[in-house]
Order: sequence, then structure tokens, then C-alpha cells
Amino acid sequence: MKIAILSGKGGTGKTLVSVNLAAVSTGSSYIDCDVEEPNGHLFFKPRQIVSENIAVKIPVVDDERCNGCRICVDFCRFNALAYFNDKLRIFDDICHSCGGCTLLCPEEALTEIDKNIGVIQRGISADIKVATGILNTGEPAGIPIIENLLQGLPEAGTVFIDCPPGSACIVMESIKDADYCIMVAEPTLFGVHNLAMVHELVKLFNKPHGAVLNKCLPGENPAEVYCRENGVTILGRIPFDHELSYVNSNGLIAAREEAKYQELFSSLLQKVLKEVPDAAAIDSQR
Amino acid sequence: MKVAIPTNERAMDKGICKSFGRAPYFLIHDTGTGEGEFIENAAASSQGGAGIKAGQTVVDSGAKVLLTPRCGENAAEVIKGADIKIYKTEGDSIPDNIEAYKGGKLSLLDEIHAGLHNNGGK
Amino acid sequence: MQQLLILSGKGGTGKTTVASAFIKILQARALADCDVDAPNLHLVINQTVEPRRSDYMGMPKARIDMELCTSCDLCREHCRFNAILYDENSDEYEVDYYACESCAVCEAICPAGAIELYPYVAGDMMLFVDEGVFSTAQLRMGSGTSGLLVTEVKNQMTAAAREDVELAIIDGSPGIGCPVIASLSGVDMVLIVTEPSISGFSDMERIIKTAQQFQSRIAVCINKYDTNPANTEKIEAYCRDNKLPLAGRIPFDPLAVKAVNQGISIAEIECPSGTAVREVLEQTLAILEEPGRPGPDVNVVRIK
Repeated sequence: MKIAILSGKGGTGKTLVSVNLAAVSTGSSYIDCDVEEPNGHLFFKPRQIVSENIAVKIPVVDDERCNGCRICVDFCRFNALAYFNDKLRIFDDICHSCGGCTLLCPEEALTEIDKNIGVIQRGISADIKVATGILNTGEPAGIPIIENLLQGLPEAGTVFIDCPPGSACIVMESIKDADYCIMVAEPTLFGVHNLAMVHELVKLFNKPHGAVLNKCLPGENPAEVYCRENGVTILGRIPFDHELSYVNSNGLIAAREEAKYQELFSSLLQKVLKEVPDAAAIDSQR
Repeated sequence: MKVAIPTNERAMDKGICKSFGRAPYFLIHDTGTGEGEFIENAAASSQGGAGIKAGQTVVDSGAKVLLTPRCGENAAEVIKGADIKIYKTEGDSIPDNIEAYKGGKLSLLDEIHAGLHNNGGK
Repeated sequence: MQQLLILSGKGGTGKTTVASAFIKILQARALADCDVDAPNLHLVINQTVEPRRSDYMGMPKARIDMELCTSCDLCREHCRFNAILYDENSDEYEVDYYACESCAVCEAICPAGAIELYPYVAGDMMLFVDEGVFSTAQLRMGSGTSGLLVTEVKNQMTAAAREDVELAIIDGSPGIGCPVIASLSGVDMVLIVTEPSISGFSDMERIIKTAQQFQSRIAVCINKYDTNPANTEKIEAYCRDNKLPLAGRIPFDPLAVKAVNQGISIAEIECPSGTAVREVLEQTLAILEEPGRPGPDVNVVRIK
């Protein structure tokens, strides 16, 4: 079972929730798809790490074969190729790895090589399998890393997918195969605005979903109001808690540190697991 | 000999464009005949790689000299790679800069800025 | 006109809270929200006028005409982005609009001419013009082309800003990817707002590395610093060791949430974070005005 945790707005508590839910779920896996700013590994501190380089394909030219026909230059939608001084010049940083130029070259003058854009580190933390995607700084896009992270996921045990903030295509890629989506919301005007966006996204993808309200303060909670008004199941409320924030800010897994947090996240997990088969049943009746 | 200049409009009096890669047009001026033609810069609306495409357009125009206020790394590589000299413009008047170039008053552009990565100027 | 960009690396550290306070205090007349994926600045900046709206056209997406399609499968075979879907039951091909990266390989390779790329609206731009100009945009869900939209938002602001405006304030987005890289180009200074958590520190290091590739002037301020004094000191030591100027600290302040939820900035109410942010602004401006570093217009890369 794959559960994605997303939020729209950054800093609402995706990693707090996904790390702690994984920690209280025996034999589960935690996948960090926030490849631009991965944080889960800071909490899990996984060991026995196996690293895998993730690369994309970029073209290289055989000058002997190139006859200057410029079909590749004219084809490239990203302007990654230029022809001057009777030579083809390929701009690696601009290339989107579509393979088009190589495919279309009538002289077979182009071949493809790998360019590393990041790495996946897979390890273990107690009984939890941890996989972290890390995009190299300066690289514009991490989708190929996420694609790789989500391949070959274990069939047994729950998989918790920690998603990037926002609702752009990198988030879509992360939730594509999820069975259930947990939206983490904070009780601010900003948070609700972004919760609405991510809610649209999970509905678009027909994902069964629910919300966890984090950093709850006394008084009216705009995120709770939103959920009520839009029929979003509230899975749980995590009160604003200086101690929890402090433990978290030190890179500690709260559920492993204190019994009360162990209980908090265990009951949240139970609530989530109860929702999922129900939601899946409803979904199959559609 | 042909000289290329990035312009804001298809007009001699609407100024030199502050950006090279995303200039809407290039004036290709023939110093021999005194005639000029404006060509569209397809890179102006490109998602990315604007400097490269604009550079290719200038190379293909047959110009041997480029007059511009600034130029990015990638564009510079294409243009210099084709043995086209780049001079730095002063002010934004097109006719004034053509005259200044002809009078040997413009200096070579030797400050090339880093790529603006997928987007245009300030 | 100089440009001050506010970034964070990690989400939720307080970019928009700080940016909106700066804007109020300075009565800034040029502002932009470059977090086009999840814009928030407009929620705390009161607009008195209707915006000028425009469409942001993304890269064109592929579309398959099933009347012409011969089911040869070449398009799906060659699509690097898994954007061509095939339904066995109906023997139909369809482009996954969200996965399509507009490379046009399918259009080129289709022997039946059944595929075409067509333009689509990827975002909505807005420009509010009254005393000052406020440029913002919302990327439509699932769009991948946010780098150029960020640039258009900035360009929209600079084009509309009055001649005499001295400083523009730009609210950035979290992360280190394309939209952040696009927002970094051409700015005079970046203020990184971080928080004293391990995650905040880790993300701050990555955004600093990204910003340094642009040779932008960088300063750091620590928000909610009192939630973990030990980490705050670690961050400050890191900045000193790496010669990154510190612009100050802002305490954790429940009144900040109240202000934001009322749609106003912390500079508009009496509160500890409001007081602190004024000092951070002063220090930020002092760092910006420091002579010596060349401006970003001349990120000199000597000719090879």
C-alpha cells in the first residue's frame, strides 16, 4: 500500500508526518521524493547506504559523420543545438534529453551518453527502509529521480511517499501511483490557499484522500473550515507544540523519542489505514 | 559588410534592445550599401536556450559584426565561434551606434555574463 | 532599480511574512511574487484595483488525431516522458497532457501525420497598478514550465515600474530548481530566510550553493530563532565561517500567525516579530548598499 503525503504549501509538516508514520509502521518504507530539498534522511540517519547515480541522456556528435544538414538544429524545441564554423555544438545544460535529434539525424552522427543529475541513496533505519532522492544543485528538474525512486517498490508493508511542496508536475509524478493521499495543512491563510490547490490535484488524479491538520492553535482553524466546507475527511489534528517542534528541529523522530508522540502517530496511522480500504472500495464502485 | 543590432521594433528610431537573446528583432545593416533589413528573432519567445537560437540567427544572417549592450555566455560562444566580432553599444540610438562603429569609436564587448538560465533579462 | 529577492530553500520559514513586512515598511512600489506554483503574497498585500490579466502560454502540447492514427506505436515507443498512453480496449492513443514535455518527437516520428503540437494556457498572470506595481501569477496545476513564467512575472514588474522606483521586493519560492534559478537571475541581492531546524539548515546550505552559482550578493536571517537557540548559533557560526553576512534574527511570534490570518503583515501590528523584522530590513539594506561587489549585470566571465 502506497500512501503519499503532500501539502501545497511548504513547511506544513509533510516530513514530520511521513517520517513519524513510517517510524510507527513496522517494516514500512519511507521514500523521499522532495529531491530538491530532501529532509527525511536527516531524521532516519539510514545505514548500509547503497547509492545509485541517476542520469539523463544527452547527445554527442561524431564530427566526421556530420554533414551540416542542420535537421537537428531546426528540430530542437529547446534550442540546445547550434551549427557554426562547420561544426555542431551541443549545449548539455539546455538539453531536455528527448532523444529527438539523435533519432532524426540522417547520417547517424549523433549518439547518446549519460549525464548525472542526482543520486538515490537507499538504506535502513531500524526496521524501516529509507530511500532518498537528491538532485544536484544547478539542475533544473528532478523528475527522472522520482521516476526511479518509485520503481520496484516493495509489495509488502506500507510505503510512505514524502512529496515535494506545491502542485506542479514534480508533485504529480510523486503521487501518480499512490493508493491514498494525506494532505497536511497548517492553520493559516497561506496554508489554506495552497491546501485548496493540492486538493484540486488529488481530486484530478482520483486519489482517495484525507487531511491532517498540523500546528493546531486554539480558536478557529481556517484549514478545518476548508475541510468541513469541502467534505474532506479530517484524519487527525496535531496540536501546535513547542516540544514537538523542538524535538523535530533537532532532527529527532518524535515517535521514537517520547511515548506520547508514539501514541499520537500510532493512532493517526490506525485512522489512515482504516480510511484506505474504505476509500479503495468506494473507488472501485465508481 | 553586414552588422547586426538587436532592436525593440522594426524601426530605426525605437532604440536598441537591452537584451540580446530576447530582442524581438535584429537589424542587419549593410555598411557598404547603407541598406538594412529587420529580421524576427524567433528566440524572443523561447522557453529556454534563447541566446543560442538568437546567436544562430545572427550567424545565419551573414553578419560579421554584432553591436549589442550585453551578451550571455552561450550566445557569445555561438557568435564568436563563427568569427563574428562583438562591440558594446553606447546609449540606445541605432543610427548613432552604427556611425560610432564605422568611426571606430566602439570598444569590443569583453564582459560576458553568465547564462540567464531559461529566461530573459532584468 | 535594484532588486531584492527573498528565498529560503525550505518551505515555511517565513519568506512571504518577511517580504510583506519589508514591502509595508518601505512602502515599496515594485513587488513581485515569484512563487508561481503557490503564490501567497497577494493574500497580505491589499490591492485596491483590479489587475490587468494575461495568459501565460506554456510550451505547446502534443495531441493525437485518432482519425489519422494507424496504431503503429512509434510515438509511444519513442516518448521519453511516458506521455503517450494506449488503451488496449479501445485501441486508442492519448497524450498525457501533464507528462508531455513538448519535445515534438512524436510529431516528427508519426508516419501518418496524426500528431500536432498545439498551444495551451499554462498560467495566469496578473499586474496590479496603482501607487506602485505588483506582479504575480498562478501556474496552472501540473504545468512544468515555471522558469519562464517566473521571468515573465519579473519582467512584467520591471516594465511597469516607474522610473524613480529604487528598490523592488521579490518573494521567491521554496526549493532549488528551475523557478528558483529563474528568480535568481538579475537580482542585486538575495536574503535567505531560514529557521533553526536541522531541515532548515540542510536546505539553507543547498539554496546558498545554488545562489552562489549566480554570484549574487547573499545574506541570511534566522526566523523563529528562539525555538532552538543551539541551532541558531550553529547557523550563525556557519555563516561567519563562510563569509555570509547575517541580517539578523526574528523571534517565534504567535501574533505573526494572527496578522497573516487577518491578511496583514507583521509590520502593521505591535508585535515582537514586527520589531525584529524592521532591524532585519535595516541590516539587509546596509549589506545591499555596501560598495565593492560588482552588480549582477556584470557577472563577469572573462572571455575564454
